[in-house]
Amino acid sequence: MTAAAVTARDLTKIYRRFLHRNQFRTLKSALLSRSLISDLRPDQTFTALDSVSFEVPKGATFGVIGENGSGKSTLLKLMAGITRPTRGSIAVDGRISALIELGAGFHPEISGRENVAINGIMLGLTRREVAERFDAIVAFAELERFIDAPVKTYSSGMYMRLGFSVAIHVEPDVLLIDEVLAVGDEAFTRKCLDKIGEFRRRGKTIVLVSHSLGLVEKMCDDVLWLRSAKVADRGDSKRVVDAYLTYVAGGEEALLAREHGQPEAAAALETPAADEPATGYQKGRWGSHEIEIAAVRLLDDRGHERHVYVPGERLTIALTVTAAAPVKDFVFGIGLFTADGTSVYGTNTHLEDFVPARAEGTGEVLLHLDDLRLVEGTYLLDVAVHRRDGTPYDYHRGLYSFRMKSRIKDVGVYRPAHRWEFAGGVELQAAAPRPELDLHEGEPPDDPAS
Amino acid sequence: MITQLATLLRYRMLIHSLVGRELKARYRGSILGFFWSFVNPLLLLLTYWLVFTYMLPGVRAKSVEPYFLFLFCGILPWTWFQSSVAESAGVLIAGGNLIKKVLFPAEVLPVVTVAANMVHFLFGLPILLLFLLWNGHLSATALLLPIPMLVQLVFTIGIALLVSALTVHFRDISSILTHLLHIWFFATPVLYAMPESGRMHSVLRWNPMAHVLVSYQEMLFFGTFRHHRGLALAALASIVVFAAGAWLFDRLRDTLAEEV
Repeated sequence: MTAAAVTARDLTKIYRRFLHRNQFRTLKSALLSRSLISDLRPDQTFTALDSVSFEVPKGATFGVIGENGSGKSTLLKLMAGITRPTRGSIAVDGRISALIELGAGFHPEISGRENVAINGIMLGLTRREVAERFDAIVAFAELERFIDAPVKTYSSGMYMRLGFSVAIHVEPDVLLIDEVLAVGDEAFTRKCLDKIGEFRRRGKTIVLVSHSLGLVEKMCDDVLWLRSAKVADRGDSKRVVDAYLTYVAGGEEALLAREHGQPEAAAALETPAADEPATGYQKGRWGSHEIEIAAVRLLDDRGHERHVYVPGERLTIALTVTAAAPVKDFVFGIGLFTADGTSVYGTNTHLEDFVPARAEGTGEVLLHLDDLRLVEGTYLLDVAVHRRDGTPYDYHRGLYSFRMKSRIKDVGVYRPAHRWEFAGGVELQAAAPRPELDLHEGEPPDDPAS
Repeated sequence: MITQLATLLRYRMLIHSLVGRELKARYRGSILGFFWSFVNPLLLLLTYWLVFTYMLPGVRAKSVEPYFLFLFCGILPWTWFQSSVAESAGVLIAGGNLIKKVLFPAEVLPVVTVAANMVHFLFGLPILLLFLLWNGHLSATALLLPIPMLVQLVFTIGIALLVSALTVHFRDISSILTHLLHIWFFATPVLYAMPESGRMHSVLRWNPMAHVLVSYQEMLFFGTFRHHRGLALAALASIVVFAAGAWLFDRLRDTLAEEV
C-alpha cells in the first residue's frame, strides 16, 4: 500500500452561528482555553464537518462531491491549512497548492509581472524559482502583451488565467482545486484540464471539489460524497457519482410528488369551457363533471408511482375515473407540454378511432408510453375527458408534472433512437458507455446484471 | 515568541516583496511618487513649526533652538510609529482575502505595515542628517541611531500585532485608535524636551516611546547619549510588548480566518 498524501482522522469543524453575540465571553475563552467553541451551547454552533475520516493515497485524483452546504469547501480549507479542525486531525504530506480563489493575493495597482513574483513567493516559491518559471507562467496565461500593465486593467478572465497559471506552476505535491475550472473560455479550460492531466501522469495528488459531476467522474479515481457534514459514500467514482445522482433525483421526486398531491386545491377553479389555446398555458381544472377524473398516477414499468424518469423507460399514465350516471359520449385525452408550455405531444381516444360505448361507476384508463424518448427537463401533463364535440366533463390542465433525467445532455425535446457511424478518413474513439441511472426503488427483481 | 520570530525569519522574503509592493502601490499614480515619503513628515514639521513660532511663541524652551531641527528629530521617528500602528488596525481586515483563501501567515501583514513605514523613515533620515550637517549639529553620536531604531522596531511590531488581531474582533478599536494615538503623541516628547524632573517626568517615564524619542533627540540634536538607562528600560518594555503581541496574535490566529 502506498503512503497517504492526505490523512484525515475524525475531522470535525464547528463554526459559531452568531459571530458577534457573546463576543466577550468567547474571546476570553479563546485567550484562556484555546477554544472558541467548547463553552457554546449547541444552538449557537453550526457543524460543517462531523467526524470525517479518509485517506488520499499518493498519486490519486480524489473527488469530493455533495450539495451546497454539505461541507466541501470547509474540507478543502482544512486541507489547505487555512482553518484548523475543531476536533480530529488532518495531515498533508508534501507541498500543497490550493486553487481556491485564483489571484487572491493580487494587488490591483501593480503590474502583472510584479504580482506574479509576489504571488509565487506567497505560494511558497523562492525568488529564484519564480524567476526560472516566470516565462512559463506568462506563456501559459497567454498574457505576454499585458504582463507589464497594472492588474486592475485586466479583464476578469485575464486575472483568473494569471492566478491559475501561477498556482499551477508552484509544482505542488498536492493540488487542491475548488470549482475554479469554470473560469476562462472554452480553450483555456481545455488547457487547464490538460495541465491537470499532466499532473496526474507525473504521479501528483489532486483533490478536486466540484459540482461538475461529469468532470469528477472522468478525472477522479476515487470520490468522497459529503452529505450534511458527514461522509455519505466513498469509493469508485462511477459508482459514487451514480449514487449521488440517484439521491439528488430522489430529492426531486419528493418535491414533485408533493406538488402532485394537491390537484384538489385547483379544483375550485371551475372555469367554464373557455378553451383559449394560443393565449398562454395556464394551469387549472374545469368541466361539467358527468365523468370525473378522480386520480392521476404516473407509474413506472414495475407499477410504482414515480415522477422522475430516464429516457427509454416506460411511463404509464393511470386515470381513475368515475361517472355517477351512465354516459355514452366521451373521449379520453392527454397532452404533454414542456415547462414553458410548448406542446410536445397530444392524443385522445377519438383521434385513435376508439368508439365510446359505456362509462358508469368507477373505472381505470391507462395510457402506456412504452419508450419515453424525451430529453432532460420538466414536463407538464394535461389529462381530460370530454364529449366528442369538445365539451369538457373534466379537464385537468398542467396539474401534473414529471421530470426526465439523463446522463447525456442533448438538447431539444425529443430524442429519436439514433446511432453514429464514421467511415473513411474520419476516426473517433468509441465513447465510454454511459448507461442511464436506475431510478427503481428497492432490489431489481430479475436482473442480476445491473 | 521564539516560534513567532522563526516564522518571521522564514517569511522574510515574502515580507520583503510585500513591503516593496506596498511602497510601489502606495504612490503609483501620484506625481511626486516616492517623494511623499519625506514630503509627508516635512509638511507636518512645517505645520508645527508655524504654530510654535507665530501662534504660540514663547512656549518652547531656549534649549531646543533651532526649534525646526529639534522638531524634525522627533517627528520623523514618531511618524513611523504612529502610521504603523494606525495602519495595522485595518490590515487584517483589508487582507481578509489572503487569510481566508490562501495559506498565508497572517502575522506577516502587520509586520509589513511596520516595515513599510520604516522604509519611509529611512528615506527621510538622510534629509534630516543633511539639515543637521547644515546647521553644524551633526555629531558622532548619530552613529548610535540603530539602537533606538531597533528598540522602536520591536516595540512597534508588538503594538501592531496586538492592535491588528484585536481589531478583527473589536472593530471599534480602529475608531478609538486615532484619539489614543493623538494623546500618545502629546504624551511623548516630540514638540517639547523631556522634563528632567517633576510630575510630568514621573508620568512620561512610563511611556517607552518617550525614552526612544529622547534618545533620538540626544543623538541627533544634542550630540550626547546620557539616556542609556531609559532606553534600556524601553528596550525591556518593547520585548515584553512584542511577546505579549505575539502571544495574543497566536491565540487569536484560528479565529482570524473566520472573523475577518
